[in-house]
Amino acid sequence: MLLHALARIGQTLAVLFVVSVASFGLLKLAPGDPVQIMLGSEYSPEAYESLVAEMGLDQPFLVQYAHWALNFVQGDWGTSFVAHTDIFTHAFKEALPVTLTLASFSLAFAILIGVPLGVLSAVKKDTAFDAGAAVFALTGTAFPSFLLGILLIWFFGVKLGLFPVMGYVSPWQDFWTGIYHIILPSLTLSTYFIAMITRLTRATLIEVLEQPYIAAARARGEPNWRVIWVHGVRNIAMPLVTILGLQLGVLLQGTVLTETVFNLPGIGQMLTSAVLGREYAVVQAGVMMTATLFIGVNLLVDLSYPLLDPRLRDRK
Amino acid sequence: MTGTPTLTPAPQPLLIVDDLSVHRGAAKILDRVKLTVEKGETLALVGESGAGKSTIATALMGLLSGAKVEGHAELEGTGDLLSLPSKQLVKLRGQRISMIFQDAGAALNPAYTVGRQLISALRRNLGLSRRDARARAVDLFSSVGINDAEARLSAFPHQLSGGMQQRVMVAIALACNPDLLLADEPTSALDVTIQAQIVRLILSQTRARGASCIFVLHDLALASQSCDRIVVLYAGQVVECGPARDVLERHRHPYTRQLKSCVLEIGRQDLEAPEGTVPSHDSMPPGCRFATRCPRALPRCAAEMPPLTPASDDRDGASDHAFACWNPE
Repeated sequence: MLLHALARIGQTLAVLFVVSVASFGLLKLAPGDPVQIMLGSEYSPEAYESLVAEMGLDQPFLVQYAHWALNFVQGDWGTSFVAHTDIFTHAFKEALPVTLTLASFSLAFAILIGVPLGVLSAVKKDTAFDAGAAVFALTGTAFPSFLLGILLIWFFGVKLGLFPVMGYVSPWQDFWTGIYHIILPSLTLSTYFIAMITRLTRATLIEVLEQPYIAAARARGEPNWRVIWVHGVRNIAMPLVTILGLQLGVLLQGTVLTETVFNLPGIGQMLTSAVLGREYAVVQAGVMMTATLFIGVNLLVDLSYPLLDPRLRDRK
Repeated sequence: MTGTPTLTPAPQPLLIVDDLSVHRGAAKILDRVKLTVEKGETLALVGESGAGKSTIATALMGLLSGAKVEGHAELEGTGDLLSLPSKQLVKLRGQRISMIFQDAGAALNPAYTVGRQLISALRRNLGLSRRDARARAVDLFSSVGINDAEARLSAFPHQLSGGMQQRVMVAIALACNPDLLLADEPTSALDVTIQAQIVRLILSQTRARGASCIFVLHDLALASQSCDRIVVLYAGQVVECGPARDVLERHRHPYTRQLKSCVLEIGRQDLEAPEGTVPSHDSMPPGCRFATRCPRALPRCAAEMPPLTPASDDRDGASDHAFACWNPE
């Protein structure tokens, strides 16, 4: 158990190392000489040499990488050329919380709507309800989120005036205003996931409900709701958590479009403008944050398996 | 007038199953099955796989899904099990009728400890407090031969052997002292050495509680040794039924003979297994369903369905031995 956990943590660190090397390499491969950019159009060769030495660019690649990684871990992510702000403050303290809020609200919507809808579909298999949920799910997966976002803005924001059409207020500072601002973007982002989780829950639960232990639970007088929610849903937790972890990558990609449509100052928007403005250091920070998030969540997913399935607790 | 012998009124049977039929699509899996279970009696359902033995047990529990069930099953003091509203049926399950399954490993939820599965049944069905239910669970585990019962309560199903898992199932099934226990081939997933132990355990535990038991088996010899009465099923129909001794020793139906003779015995040379296969459910012949495999078949057998006829081998007139055959042995 413990050995397994340590092995998984080791693997995770290895993956993070590879990602960070690739991410560091990105900066090296980027077109344009950063020293030239910093010095402007006119400079002496001596000034050039001294700046190269100052920035450590004359060092071997690995030394430069180690230097960069050490700074990165300490929160020294460099300064933005365009905004002349500290990248760490901008990316980690300002943009990341926005994206995290958006992603967690979307995930919450996906679970709170998708799981009950899937359970009902499985229980009412082959009825009109099931067919309706299937149509909803298919539409939800096929509908592009930016179009849905615009439609939601037009209908709820402009026509009904129920929700603000853009902008972000942190729910940690002003809870209700924050929720109010995040509902439309989260709904937009989560539609795909609600649909996917509905289908996944339905399929896995139908299979579980055919297991002998479900019949056995009924045979000893368990009421229907307990059979489904206690004996059934408990046994689909593992595939559900696995898929949620893996789909987090898709969710993080989705934030780019959603943040643009709703004008939320998150990582997605930061990455978009950084790519357009060729600010590779900012892109690098964004890549490192999203990669760490994705890898970290999937590590948690893997470590949660023994909690979800007791049969895995005894493995060596 | 006073000289008339006072007959003790025959006790009411616990369960009367009348004309139980089960259709799945076009296939008729059970065809007008009749059987009676007396109080405290052990009834064996015997036949090849696909004969409908397990379907009877599952239908009586109301656990058959995707099938049409017809007929009646009167449980003493309750009414027709087959037309009971599901809420009432849920209350009966575990309390008056309970079931032991073929594969105990699959019938226990892998996500919860065996103790939790037993204790939750005790608490809900008997309204016991947590502490009382736990004490009762320890007693039950000990009574079904689980050593170190206290510690075993917190074991997960996968941590127990097949025999232990089935003992847990027996404990759960008997937890609320049901009147009727349905044992659906409870030993088919177990090692041969443990099979006899589990059969003996189930029978002794049901008898000790005065409960009745329907034992689904495919072994006629085991059925005759351990059960009071036997019902032989073939392709969804009752072909012979009666007291265990009569069915085994004075069987009239050729299929019962074949079932009997396919039991291996050391030194026997005349081993004969039934040849051919059971006709499929959607192409049942109009006559006797066994006719195609029967060595004694007459032209009539293929055309007309033989009715269940009382056998005249009664020694004291009390036997209800009956068979369905045009050319009985």
